[in-house]
Amino acid sequence: MTITPPPSSDATRLVTPAMLVLWLVLATVPLWIAKVGLYPYLGIEILIWSLYALAFNLVLGTAGLPSFGHGAYFGIGAYAFGLCQFNVVANLWVCLVAAFAVAGLAGALVALFISHRRGIYYAFMTIAFGQIFWTLAIKSHGITGGEDGLLKIARLPADFGVASFNLNDNVAFYYFVLVLFALAVMAMWRLTHSPYGRVVAAIKQSETRAAHLGYNVWIYKASIFTLSAAISGLAGGLFAMAQLAAFPDVMSLHQSGYVVMMTLVGGGLVSFWGPVVGVFVFLIARDVIGALTNAWMLYFGLLFIAIVLFRPEGIAGAVSAAFQKHSLIRRQGNSAMRLLFGGERWR
Amino acid sequence: MALIEAAGVHVRFGDRVVLESIDLAVPEGEFHGLMGPNGAGKTTFFNVLTGRVKPSRGKVRLDGKDVTGLSSHRIAAHGVARSFQIMTLFDEFSARENVTVGLPAFRARGFDMRHAAASDPGFAESALEILATVGLADKADVRAKDLSYGDRRALEIAVALAQSPRVLCLDEPTSGLGSDGVQRLAALVGRLKGKLTIVAIEHDMEFLFALADRISVIHWGQVVARGTPQELQQNEWVRRSNLGRFA
Ligand SMILES: Nc1ncnc2c1ncn2[C@@H]1O[C@H](COP(=O)(O)OP(=O)(O)OP(=O)(O)O)[C@@H](O)[C@H]1O
Ligand SMILES: [Mg+2]
Repeated sequence: MTITPPPSSDATRLVTPAMLVLWLVLATVPLWIAKVGLYPYLGIEILIWSLYALAFNLVLGTAGLPSFGHGAYFGIGAYAFGLCQFNVVANLWVCLVAAFAVAGLAGALVALFISHRRGIYYAFMTIAFGQIFWTLAIKSHGITGGEDGLLKIARLPADFGVASFNLNDNVAFYYFVLVLFALAVMAMWRLTHSPYGRVVAAIKQSETRAAHLGYNVWIYKASIFTLSAAISGLAGGLFAMAQLAAFPDVMSLHQSGYVVMMTLVGGGLVSFWGPVVGVFVFLIARDVIGALTNAWMLYFGLLFIAIVLFRPEGIAGAVSAAFQKHSLIRRQGNSAMRLLFGGERWR
Repeated sequence: MALIEAAGVHVRFGDRVVLESIDLAVPEGEFHGLMGPNGAGKTTFFNVLTGRVKPSRGKVRLDGKDVTGLSSHRIAAHGVARSFQIMTLFDEFSARENVTVGLPAFRARGFDMRHAAASDPGFAESALEILATVGLADKADVRAKDLSYGDRRALEIAVALAQSPRVLCLDEPTSGLGSDGVQRLAALVGRLKGKLTIVAIEHDMEFLFALADRISVIHWGQVVARGTPQELQQNEWVRRSNLGRFA
């Protein structure tokens, strides 16, 4: 008999010990990253992709909905940030809100069409919509700059009224992103442990039962998708600042696949932190293995296949299983496969 | 007046007629049994009562109010709960959480994203009370998928009870249970009898005849016989379906 852990006090906390440790470690990164042969910009990328992957995992891990076109919302956030500063007002806060809101709006629009679906049908529709947004980004040359991208996006200063911080320096920008990341992590942690988050997790396990308990399954699926798209858009806005530009390639199916890989490799299906683990492994592998061979993606792809086949709970799941003799996180069949093809979700 | 009522319910899947015309009126507090051969359409009828399937013709009324074609979450919110023939639990959740999600008080907070669900001890307490009524109090923290088959059957009912329903629809609650399990379940359902309106599909006729106030026999998409257990013992349909064993 397996006993679930007693509702750990972490579930009721806004800030958990794990978060504090992570933030403290991340806060020291600019002090040593250059010494280990890496560079501060990688830290920025890791934070932004972690935020994106955590947002993505609200849909994939928490709600069990396979979304394979999530890059669209990340990209829309990036364009919204740039277009806002060019056409509306060059204010950091307004433009970040725009990135969040416009991506959320796009997510809500898509959610309208897909939220009655599950499993592979859901997956196909997210891909189709992702491709539509990607094509629009490439074809609307006059607005987005097409394949050339939307260039000359500025890192607007972070203005707090009393003080204003210039973010042009990568270290300053890193700390700015870290603060937003920390706030977003707190919000998403709380969200997944709130009654709303528990209902979404219940719907993942049985839409039928949830509906017969009086929950409007459609609204929950649509809203979690919209929220996830909005937070992905916020990450996209930060990415536009990081790159000083917005490009359509992040919206491609190919790049949408990256966030899926990161999340599954890290263990997003069983752990809140899985996506963050996956992003670290992915981006560091890209830079470290990528420095040795052009075919780094081949090795990462092999790792991905191995994990999906043999360790569906991902790195985070495997590590926590190794720490606990009587593993609480048991192998759940092939959860990655089941998500797509299995259970009632497919019917 | 009947608390839950079906009138002329007709269901077709493609060109296959599953329910021809079903009438049923269950007054408040009655325990109404449904029986019939495999594939007779009993589960389909439950699906109509609980909003999962829209009937092509006919009406479903709850407390006199027309609820035909309302979606399942609406009908559930009106106080109709069901258990499932094929167990449908939140497998990764503990027994306690399964029940918690069923509580109307929890549902009322279903869009609360700002507070932690676990920070409200009221939910856990109510859930524990309900688990105690089905004999699962000591297994509250066991994951649903790790419970024994019999305990899962009991949890099926506990989740439905969590809704504090007015009408409880049980779809073959004893299915797959051994004789001990059936006895335990009969005792549980016996305790519920009279407290709420129950419609129960059952193949185990000993179970049904001991508990039901009235029984309807469904065959060929219609109710072919209806009456109290005593009346039905003489019925040819019931005799044919092997009741002789118990009579
Ligand atoms: N969604 C559906 N689409 C098509 N046919 C269906 C559907 N649901 C049920 N049926 C068919 O309707 C018939 C009645 O099924 P139902 O499950 O209601 O029977 P039942 O009386 O509950 O049988 P059992 O005693 O085996 O549970 C079956 O032949 C079944 O295949
Ligand atoms: Mg049935």
